[in-house]
Amino acid sequence: MIATGTSAANAELMTNAVAVRGRSLWVDARRRLFRNKAAMVSIVVLALIALTAIFLPLVWPYAYDDIDFTLVNCAPDWWPDPDVMCHSGGWHIFGSDSVGRDLFVRVLYGARVSLAVGLVATFVSLVIGVVYGATAGFIGGAIDDVMMRVVDVLYSLPFIFFVIILMVIFNQSIWLMFIAIGAVEWLTMARIVRGQTLSIKEKEFIEAARAGGVSQRGIIGRHIVPNVVGPVIIYVTLTIPSVILSESFLSFLGLGIREPLTSWGVLISEGSNQLESAPWMLIFPALFMAVTLFCFNFIGDGLRDALDPKDR
Amino acid sequence: MATPIFEVKNLDVRFSTPDGEVRAVNNANFRIEEGECLGVVGESGSGKSQLFLSTLGLLAGNGRVTGSVLYRGREILGLPEKELNKLRGSKITMIFQDPLTSLTPHMRVGAQLIETLQVHRSVPAGEAERRVLETLELVRIPEAKARMGQYPHELSGGMRQRVMIAMAVLCGPDLLIADEPTTALDVTVQAQILEIMRDLKAELKTAIAIVSHDMGVIAGLADHVQVMRRGDIVETGSVDRIFYAPKHDYTKMLLDAMPRIDQPDRPGHARLMPLPLQSRTLLDVRDLKVYFPVRTGGLFAKRKALRAVDGVSFQLNEGETLGVVGESGCGKSTLARAVLKLLPKTDGAVVWCGRDLGPMQQEDIRKLREELQIVFQDPLASLDPRMTIGQSIAEPLRTLKPQLSRDEVRKEVREMMERVGLEPGWINRYPHEFSGGQNQRVGIARAMIVKPRLVVCDEAVSALDVSIQAQIVDLLVRLQAEFGMSLIFISHDLSVVRQVSHRVMVLYLGRVVELAGRETIYENPRHPYTRALIRAVPVPDPKMERSKPRAKIALELPSPLDTRAQLTFLKSKLIDDPDAEQYRPKLIEVAPGHLVAEHD
Repeated sequence: MIATGTSAANAELMTNAVAVRGRSLWVDARRRLFRNKAAMVSIVVLALIALTAIFLPLVWPYAYDDIDFTLVNCAPDWWPDPDVMCHSGGWHIFGSDSVGRDLFVRVLYGARVSLAVGLVATFVSLVIGVVYGATAGFIGGAIDDVMMRVVDVLYSLPFIFFVIILMVIFNQSIWLMFIAIGAVEWLTMARIVRGQTLSIKEKEFIEAARAGGVSQRGIIGRHIVPNVVGPVIIYVTLTIPSVILSESFLSFLGLGIREPLTSWGVLISEGSNQLESAPWMLIFPALFMAVTLFCFNFIGDGLRDALDPKDR
Repeated sequence: MATPIFEVKNLDVRFSTPDGEVRAVNNANFRIEEGECLGVVGESGSGKSQLFLSTLGLLAGNGRVTGSVLYRGREILGLPEKELNKLRGSKITMIFQDPLTSLTPHMRVGAQLIETLQVHRSVPAGEAERRVLETLELVRIPEAKARMGQYPHELSGGMRQRVMIAMAVLCGPDLLIADEPTTALDVTVQAQILEIMRDLKAELKTAIAIVSHDMGVIAGLADHVQVMRRGDIVETGSVDRIFYAPKHDYTKMLLDAMPRIDQPDRPGHARLMPLPLQSRTLLDVRDLKVYFPVRTGGLFAKRKALRAVDGVSFQLNEGETLGVVGESGCGKSTLARAVLKLLPKTDGAVVWCGRDLGPMQQEDIRKLREELQIVFQDPLASLDPRMTIGQSIAEPLRTLKPQLSRDEVRKEVREMMERVGLEPGWINRYPHEFSGGQNQRVGIARAMIVKPRLVVCDEAVSALDVSIQAQIVDLLVRLQAEFGMSLIFISHDLSVVRQVSHRVMVLYLGRVVELAGRETIYENPRHPYTRALIRAVPVPDPKMERSKPRAKIALELPSPLDTRAQLTFLKSKLIDDPDAEQYRPKLIEVAPGHLVAEHD
């Protein structure tokens, strides 16, 4: 039969001993992601925004808190309406705000804060959610029931109410913001991870591992976690924009970042107050935020198609 | 010559995928005359299903079909959807493999059937209901009236497939296309469905096209046979010509690979090693019971025990293969898992080499895993998709023999891969890059790498194509000869079991009904259930199939929650109360080593 027929070829292969590199699921996924134009463009744009936000303020002639009362509410140098232009000072490509600060550098600072909040809060939710969800899903039974009911109860608390209380009790700070948003976002993550764990736990290869004598810890580490990573990555890329939005929303309400530090939410809030007299103050931060959110969502969609092609 | 009902000329089916164009069907030509049955046989990926889907315009979005399809001389390929719908479901109907997904879950069976009828024929409601009832009786659905008020999920698989057939013949079709209609069903149910289809052909003169991978099914039903391989029709002919004088090598190979219940030791296949005369008893299972608590009903649910395995005893000697046979739900997989301690048992004892596995600590059990291994049914699902096959094979070795160095592990994995017919160079590849048969070899290598003394094969060949199945069966027999391990071979397929087992145990609803040596049980079965099972197996031999006595009994597997079910064959001791504790049929030794459960 086939088995005996190929053994000669096998012996040859043994001597050559060149093992073929397999195409892992990750390699496959990367290939599919690279083929997705929207996702690739988004990654490039996002990288540009991030790099600009990190490095450009270091060499920019203005600091984010340089106040200059001679240049209040100046339009950008190239703005079509010449009435509001003030050329006396320097060079503000996005114009300046109501106390004469350079809007460009402030948008970049806003990007720093917003992206940082997005990443840190998502990371917080990731850690809590994965640990909590995987534990509940793997142990199962009554413990799972109790753990998930806790999540249900937390879900039912109104988010804004929760944050306002936190802000009032403690002092308003950027760290509190991370914690507050992360503390809310991990709930969904925990549910997703639990669901994935439950379905993977029932797969035959887990049973095969048990039959092979692998310990509980080995099963979680070697078999469950790597198989949960895919959906988690997808959810992370979709959480970041929602966290950025939450931060902006809180800042818009005045509960978030404090002056002179700024975020996109704060900038948009200020801009919307002066929409008629100085529209650029709204347009630029809003544009940056919209582009960033689009990018994250496209990347998330691209990752989902790449990691789980059957799931569409 | 009269115009045939259905004629296909130069049919090509192509799919465009990201990896290039896939040719599913190449230049297919065939015709089906009135009242004739055409059997299309082929392995997975041969394009046999796409052949018929494409003719009815049911291709997936990325498919393209060219050629000509004539229904009573009229071209139907490329007809507008509206015209096609008039044909589909009334003149040309289809039944699919999975009857549950083909029925709408939220509609009662009767309503669905009536709807089908009324879409195609304008009949008044009362008349429609009468016609539906008649059709349900035609496909021998017991208590047809009551069934009409039920939802699809309330019916068993066999009943659902009958409903599908009823729906297909409701409007008096000229052609019934059956795509693997019995593949998802148990053998006894399969025999009944095939019987119904045979009657339809005889009574209603409906032409049938049956697509199947099972030569036995084709042998029993078809007049003409068409063998497909990778999109090509390689051989066409009358059923007798194909089975008794095959010309094409592929047809010969298929017929040879098909395990036959009537011919266990055929030349060209690995022969089962005779049992050593003096061998130790390795495994002694005594009155093993595995119950699962099940909640029935609503808010104030009663807890009932589902008796998956209900008092099974057997012994297994060194180097012996025990075949475990039974239909779905008979507890054969549960039995295997309980023996391996992958599931907790409710009662009874499993004694391995004289040691009771019951009170053992988790640590001891892990050491025991070196000696007890398992091969699963679904080759792809039983391998971690994120691990290379080398890692998967090495895993038991790494955990059970941590003293081995990396190089030693690698060397053993390569050796084992070669033994099971995998190229050692594939060690870094991933399961999704392989076919089902190759993945099953990986699963076997993983089980064999720790040199176990007992391997449980849980439906290990059921998901594979016949030609691959034959290879895997040969591999298992060869490995047994080489390593001398014992096997518990679980399968619903009696033909395969006969090929590989020294002794055979038949299970019915968690209990042993018959246990005997392989010759005895097939040549001289005593229990009516064993007899029904053996008779139901389709044999790839048309003359034999035609001369078979027609089984008219409607044997349905009852719910294992109902304690009355176990006394199906011993009605005289039955207490008619679903919750009562029932009499347990005893096993009687009718001849040395031949145990039969009490029956009427």
